[in-house]
Amino acid sequence: MKHLLSIDDLSTDDIHQLFETAADMHDVQRREVKKLPALRGRTVVNMFFEDSTRTRSSFEIAGKWLSADVINVSAKGSSASKGESLRDTVLTVCAMGVDGLVIRHPASGAAVQVSEWVDAAVVNAGDGMHEHPTQALLDAYTLQRHLGSLEGRHVAIIGDLTHSRVFRSNVQCLTRLGARVTVVAPPTLMPSGIVAWSAAAGFETSYDVDAVLPDADAVMMLRVQRERMSGAFFPSAREYTVGYGLTRNRLALLKPDVPICHPGPMNRGLEIAADAADAAQSVVLEQVSSGLAIRMAVLYHLLAGSPEGGIA
Amino acid sequence: MSLVIKGASLLGEGPADLFIDDTGTFVDIAPSGAETIDAAGLVALPGLVDLHTHLREPGREDAETILTGSQAAALGGYTAVLAMANTSPVTDTAEAATRVWELGREAGLVHVQPVGAVTRGLAGEELAELGLMHRSRAGVTVFSDDGKCVHDARVMRRALEYVKAFGGVVSQHAQDPSLAGPSACCHEGELSGRLGLPGWPGIAEEVIVARDVMLARHTGSRLHVAHVSTAGSVEVLRWAKAQAGRDGHWDVTAEVTPHHLLLTSDLLAGYDPTFKVNPPLRPQEDVEALRAALADGTIDAVATDHAPHARHDKEHAFVDAAFGMLGLETALGVVRTALPDLSWADVARVMSVTPARIAGLADQGRPLAPGSPANVVLVDPDASVTVDRDASASLSRNNPWHGRSLSSRVVHTVYAGRLTVRDGALAQAGAHSS
Repeated sequence: MKHLLSIDDLSTDDIHQLFETAADMHDVQRREVKKLPALRGRTVVNMFFEDSTRTRSSFEIAGKWLSADVINVSAKGSSASKGESLRDTVLTVCAMGVDGLVIRHPASGAAVQVSEWVDAAVVNAGDGMHEHPTQALLDAYTLQRHLGSLEGRHVAIIGDLTHSRVFRSNVQCLTRLGARVTVVAPPTLMPSGIVAWSAAAGFETSYDVDAVLPDADAVMMLRVQRERMSGAFFPSAREYTVGYGLTRNRLALLKPDVPICHPGPMNRGLEIAADAADAAQSVVLEQVSSGLAIRMAVLYHLLAGSPEGGIA
Repeated sequence: MSLVIKGASLLGEGPADLFIDDTGTFVDIAPSGAETIDAAGLVALPGLVDLHTHLREPGREDAETILTGSQAAALGGYTAVLAMANTSPVTDTAEAATRVWELGREAGLVHVQPVGAVTRGLAGEELAELGLMHRSRAGVTVFSDDGKCVHDARVMRRALEYVKAFGGVVSQHAQDPSLAGPSACCHEGELSGRLGLPGWPGIAEEVIVARDVMLARHTGSRLHVAHVSTAGSVEVLRWAKAQAGRDGHWDVTAEVTPHHLLLTSDLLAGYDPTFKVNPPLRPQEDVEALRAALADGTIDAVATDHAPHARHDKEHAFVDAAFGMLGLETALGVVRTALPDLSWADVARVMSVTPARIAGLADQGRPLAPGSPANVVLVDPDASVTVDRDASASLSRNNPWHGRSLSSRVVHTVYAGRLTVRDGALAQAGAHSS
């Protein structure tokens, strides 16, 4: 593995190996001195063409705790506003001797394209509606810590699937780890061709949250972007909440201790009620600390060791 | 200069000699002192006519000029191209159209016929000066906002009505903007769902085609549908043509691009913007429907939608990259590859005769017979060409065929009696004297 662009880049063994490394990295977080020398002398650039707080901070801390030199480039709008092509923008940055490029971009496929232009290891930190592989890894890692093996476990992913890179990465990651996945959304927020896709990829689809929740071993809520509400995807916030939100009443449908995930930021009262977000089984904050461990593991495997990097 | 073409297979039939006098006309008897070309084994077709070319001049001469586009056209076997109006400034006045026409004459390699915009600035609101463009020296008869759809039904109706006065035709880029959103860049289907690319659904084309054929019937005017890409559009066109055959009051024609006859949407899996085109590449079932429709005459013509782009305009994230691909130099080879059973007479029909009729180009698409203007292409039917994008005459390199082998090879092109391409290479350029 030279880059991490998609969950599809990883074998099941790769994922387990990353989880093992992440567990070690988790231990580092509990140390008084949170520093490993693994990436000393390596330079990582976080190149974010889109706003992000948690993902950018997570990658920044991960790199720094591994002793890499980390630079943040807020590239939002730069290539478009100044007329520079994406290729020229990333080549300019990488000409400064970059070993790792963490890229967030509002366009699907941007990380894939960038990986073809540069020599640095590229980590996809979210590309448009395509993928967010480290988010999927941290979600699965978090759930594994709660459920043990994911083999045969039933995970419900609920929300705006069409526009969600988190969903696209998670459905691959969870099924690869043996979980049974059901995705739930109104028909207007189901990606085109999902019937054929789900049949080929081995996951299920549903429009009925109430039918899915009682059987779920884990629930993953997706953020509804407020700008979608004017796009005729659904009639109103109220109707969405009634139909697809994890409300207080629906919390009662869940089996005891079923972990509740959300990639954040949460729209409390829209896709997730405060009661659910703050419930004892909510793992939202744990996802954040898991994310740091996962990103440390990813950077370690890509950039430490042999010049070629890769999972040893 | 007079010319004798010896032993060419006319439209794939038995060999014959073609005689061209120094006025650029086919004649009965070999002119004295004529240059002789041995065309044994070569198929002779009327020079190809492209209803849909983007030459980028004025405005983006870094991507293409009328001269380089003309060179690419000649190498592809074309003797006439229709230059689309979405230049900068837009070809929406008589002066702008005349300038394009003049630059084409100066290049002298093919007849460059400007297409006029339907609406001012391609804004879709007010009609451009359609009549003045028609009355200009350029004699514009085809009007299109290509790149954009004339989506307002009232404006489309008025355009169709207005051009009736002088036998004009409106060429529609069928894309309902409310169904294919502003970012739409990929056929809407399973692949766009998985890749997270904004979908461009076939229905966005089909509803406009359906609407426009009804408007064509209502107005009794001439509608041409540009770059048809879906099986659903084919069904609508088939129905419309059947109806038109009954009452005869409407005239609907359509074109398909070479790339929609051979390439499929699967190619977008790697996010390579070379394959980003508008309308998007579609799945195999649409490709099959388009091939069948071309063969049975439901689709009338092949048009390249030659769309050169500077390299940096394609080196953006897929959603942000420019739409379009090159096509002039490869069109014949793609058609031969996609439809190997199509007769040479049918190739001539869809790539020369019918396009010339639609565009109203009296000197083009004519029989290879005495009295006709000598526009002819000679093709080696047994050769194949491995495409090298760096060998293109175009200033751009967005060539989806790079490295692919295509059937047949354009050997010579004769425009107005003069060799523009000899042995697969450009002959010396010169001013067109006709």
